[in-house]
Amino acid sequence: MKIINPLIIVLVLVALAYFGVKAGLTALFGVVIPYIAIVIFLLGFIYKVIGWAKSPVPFRIPTTCGQEKSLPWIKQNKLDNPSSTLGVVIRMALEIFLFRSLFRNTKAEVYEGAKLKYGSNKWLWLGGIVFHWSFLIILVRHSRLFLEPIPGFITFLEKADSFMQVGVPLFYMTDAGILAAVTYLFLRRVVEPQIKYLSMPADYFPLYLILSIAITGVLMRYFIRVDVVNIKALARGLVTFQPTIPDGIGVLFYIHLFLVSVLAIYFPFSKLMHLGGVFLSPTRNLANNNRAVRHINPWNPDIKIRTYEEYEDEFREHMKKVGLPVDKE
Amino acid sequence: MYDAGKIITGLVIFVGIVTYPIWGSLGGSVNMPEPVVNKSGTCVESAEYMRANHMQILDEWRDSVVRDNDRVYTSQQYGTKFDKSLSTTGKTSCTSCHSNKEEFCDACHDYTAVAPYCWECHIEPKEEI
Amino acid sequence: MVKMLEAEELAKDITETPSLLNGKGPDREWMDTPAEFRDGNWAYSAKTKAIESLKMPYARDWSPGDEDWKLPENWKEIISEGFRERLDKFRSFKVFMDICVRCGACADKCHFFLGSGDPKNMPVLRAELLRSVYRNDFTLAGKLLKKFAGARPLTMEVVKEWFLYFFQCTECRRCSVYCPYGIDTAEITMMARELLNLVGININWIMDPAANCNRTGNHLGIEPHTFKTVVESLCEDIEDVTGITINPSFNRKGAEILFITPSGDVFADPGVYTMMGYIMLFEHIGLDYTLSTYASEGGNFGLFNSNELMKKLNAKMYHEAERLGVKWILGGECGHMWRVINQYMDTMNGPTPSYMEDPVSPITGTKFENAVSTKMVHIMEFTADLIKHNKLKLDKSRNDHVRATFHDSCNPSRAMGMLDEPRYVLNNVLNNFFEMPDNTIREQTFCCGAGSGLNTEEIMDVRMRGALPRATALNHVVEKHDVNMLSCVCAIDRATLLALTQYWAPDVEVSGVTELVANALIMEGENEVRDCDLREEPYLGVED
Repeated sequence: MKIINPLIIVLVLVALAYFGVKAGLTALFGVVIPYIAIVIFLLGFIYKVIGWAKSPVPFRIPTTCGQEKSLPWIKQNKLDNPSSTLGVVIRMALEIFLFRSLFRNTKAEVYEGAKLKYGSNKWLWLGGIVFHWSFLIILVRHSRLFLEPIPGFITFLEKADSFMQVGVPLFYMTDAGILAAVTYLFLRRVVEPQIKYLSMPADYFPLYLILSIAITGVLMRYFIRVDVVNIKALARGLVTFQPTIPDGIGVLFYIHLFLVSVLAIYFPFSKLMHLGGVFLSPTRNLANNNRAVRHINPWNPDIKIRTYEEYEDEFREHMKKVGLPVDKE
Repeated sequence: MYDAGKIITGLVIFVGIVTYPIWGSLGGSVNMPEPVVNKSGTCVESAEYMRANHMQILDEWRDSVVRDNDRVYTSQQYGTKFDKSLSTTGKTSCTSCHSNKEEFCDACHDYTAVAPYCWECHIEPKEEI
Repeated sequence: MVKMLEAEELAKDITETPSLLNGKGPDREWMDTPAEFRDGNWAYSAKTKAIESLKMPYARDWSPGDEDWKLPENWKEIISEGFRERLDKFRSFKVFMDICVRCGACADKCHFFLGSGDPKNMPVLRAELLRSVYRNDFTLAGKLLKKFAGARPLTMEVVKEWFLYFFQCTECRRCSVYCPYGIDTAEITMMARELLNLVGININWIMDPAANCNRTGNHLGIEPHTFKTVVESLCEDIEDVTGITINPSFNRKGAEILFITPSGDVFADPGVYTMMGYIMLFEHIGLDYTLSTYASEGGNFGLFNSNELMKKLNAKMYHEAERLGVKWILGGECGHMWRVINQYMDTMNGPTPSYMEDPVSPITGTKFENAVSTKMVHIMEFTADLIKHNKLKLDKSRNDHVRATFHDSCNPSRAMGMLDEPRYVLNNVLNNFFEMPDNTIREQTFCCGAGSGLNTEEIMDVRMRGALPRATALNHVVEKHDVNMLSCVCAIDRATLLALTQYWAPDVEVSGVTELVANALIMEGENEVRDCDLREEPYLGVED
């Protein structure tokens, strides 16, 4: 159920766009919904991040994953246990761009006699990194459809992504990357017992959605071709606030665009917000320099402690008997 | 500790990147490309079909000519026969009508950042002077 | 006392009972599976006396085994309001509630999962126990999409489930090392325990020591005169072994350094040998220090209850440092104590008393730059510096009967990063040191299975399951290198690892690192023939 239901929802979304466009609602699917989607995406994203930002970080609690800075002759692990801002920036960059923590992943297996073994397990890291980088490059590449003239870095990215010069139009490596990676990320949630058990509908839904977006995109480029010049005209209309609906754009395009809009709307309300959250994780974005630089807690509570005076008052006679010094005789 | 400054800076950068297509279009041209055809008449298939699929036809032509010596294309829409030829080797070729690369091919290819490698082997058509 | 399976039977049970550990998942979804209370998996509730003495709410007689937990009538509102308050106070909590993608990297990193196969011991699901309620009460998606978005309402069953599983997490942070977003289950467990505490749900093994610590200065409730007498009796033991008479000072004003260590070192075997080690070490270098009976506890069971109680108990350190007028504080071997000192103390109870000074070793002149604000130095940092500067006279061969490995305790490794100092010390005081496998040491170290206030007898089943990964790694070096000593820098470990070795690895003993240092120390004026270690075990080559 939790695996099938989200798929049904995505299929319903596809049908919605298909019949909607067939019924002539091209302006709705081509202009109105995309505008709504980008507004919800941006406002929702900002709202969520501001919501996080409103809560303070009361304690400096980095997870230290290497040797601390202590004595000068002991080599500090500056990447995994940074003590300076620069170190934190590098640690965060490695985390965000290379998924360093996930790269540590191991797989535990239990053998007879409850013996445990831990093997290296980098598949999730590989799947994750291929997926995210492919997604990012594909997104950036898409700006060729929004910008005129097209900036050099996008043309460069186009060439780099298709440098193998396979097929016409040239085949993008990232297209294969995202399809393979999303398929892998989906399959592990179906095949691996632990991952299957902990997965929720909200884990399958975005996978189906992104897979559908990638499939419709790939179909348009390599199989059921669409007139990209007209599509760019529509896209240019959107970004210049002079929306137009050119004729002769296939329904496949509208399905693709609608699914992307749904993803953008869904984004701020879902786990996909890890995009913003990873920057704010206090176990990663703080230096382990607590004993050298005091961290301030804005709500540090006033706590009544049991003072030495109270303590001595209770135990004074006992203390005097064994010769412990006392403040009051 | 809130780090409000850093977070707001981050958000501004994020919104900036996401909305790049909008502010990046300020002052840019909104005109559609208008590819120039130098001779009137019909192409091998309808213009609409060609706009979306010309690259595939050219790709198939290349393979069938080079591998199978099959040099004749029969139009699916019109039934008429054409030489499978991009540039001037045959009696008729694409460049017979679409003779100006800059005004025809590049008009759309540049618009959509497409860089086909046709002219790495074929000689670019030159306007007769 | 709960009946325990024999070690082989438990091993068989773990290996063969179908579970997610051996690839056979339960049929029922976790949300539809109520928490199961059985002998050996839940800890006793806090006694009214402890709760009352700490002036905490809802002191009453109740037991987690009962159907009715006698919660206040408006418990739901109290928890919900407490939830909101904590979301507003802790960014970590708020962010960690929102961003988990359930990638499952953490799933098989938890020692309790590896010893039980219980799905709710996968860190991701442990957190989901709380997240599901968070979504239901605080997020739009949860309110609209309910179960599709992973939301469920707060019910008494949920509260019972929280109790079971948040007192089945040792806040060891191992999962956090592997999480791509650094989601730290310790943070989540802390919040859950605070929420439970709001409605008077707490366990005795945490609240009793905390109440003791508040009143008498230490977890065991030892009053000042007894504290002094016990330390003095340890000094007599030192005299028996070495022939040297040592008289440490107590509550002495004007001492240069205040030394604070967990009370377990003073009162519990084998921690006492470590305590003897400190006293001998300080005597050897002529350190101007004093012990306090008021701040006679390094550990802080408040950490396992709430940030407020943690602050309350920790405040004694600076309070006493100020009263005695010491320059800085030296801290003994302890795990969670150092989590508090390294990550919380200065923030909670700083800035330090104004006339305290930057910590400088009076023996070597080394300034501990990494502790200039907190002004508290770890004994391992201090000792490593002494050895580096050749200030200790050591005879490694005195430890030749010891074949040691080192257990990185959770907090010194993952909340501090003190990994190489104890190793440096060990390698300088003994000849036979062997590391356990890579994936089980340093930042990847496994918990003893009973940290964060869980080292209580009645949950021995849970504890021995949680101890399995550490025990497996230990047995690996026992078989390969005949290791006979599991050394560590944590007082809780010295108590819990003993239970672990007795159950899973019966031939291995447990020691602190400073005990081994003291074994190797050539003390001035010691017996001409010093023929045994602090445990009065003969040195190798000495006839019985």
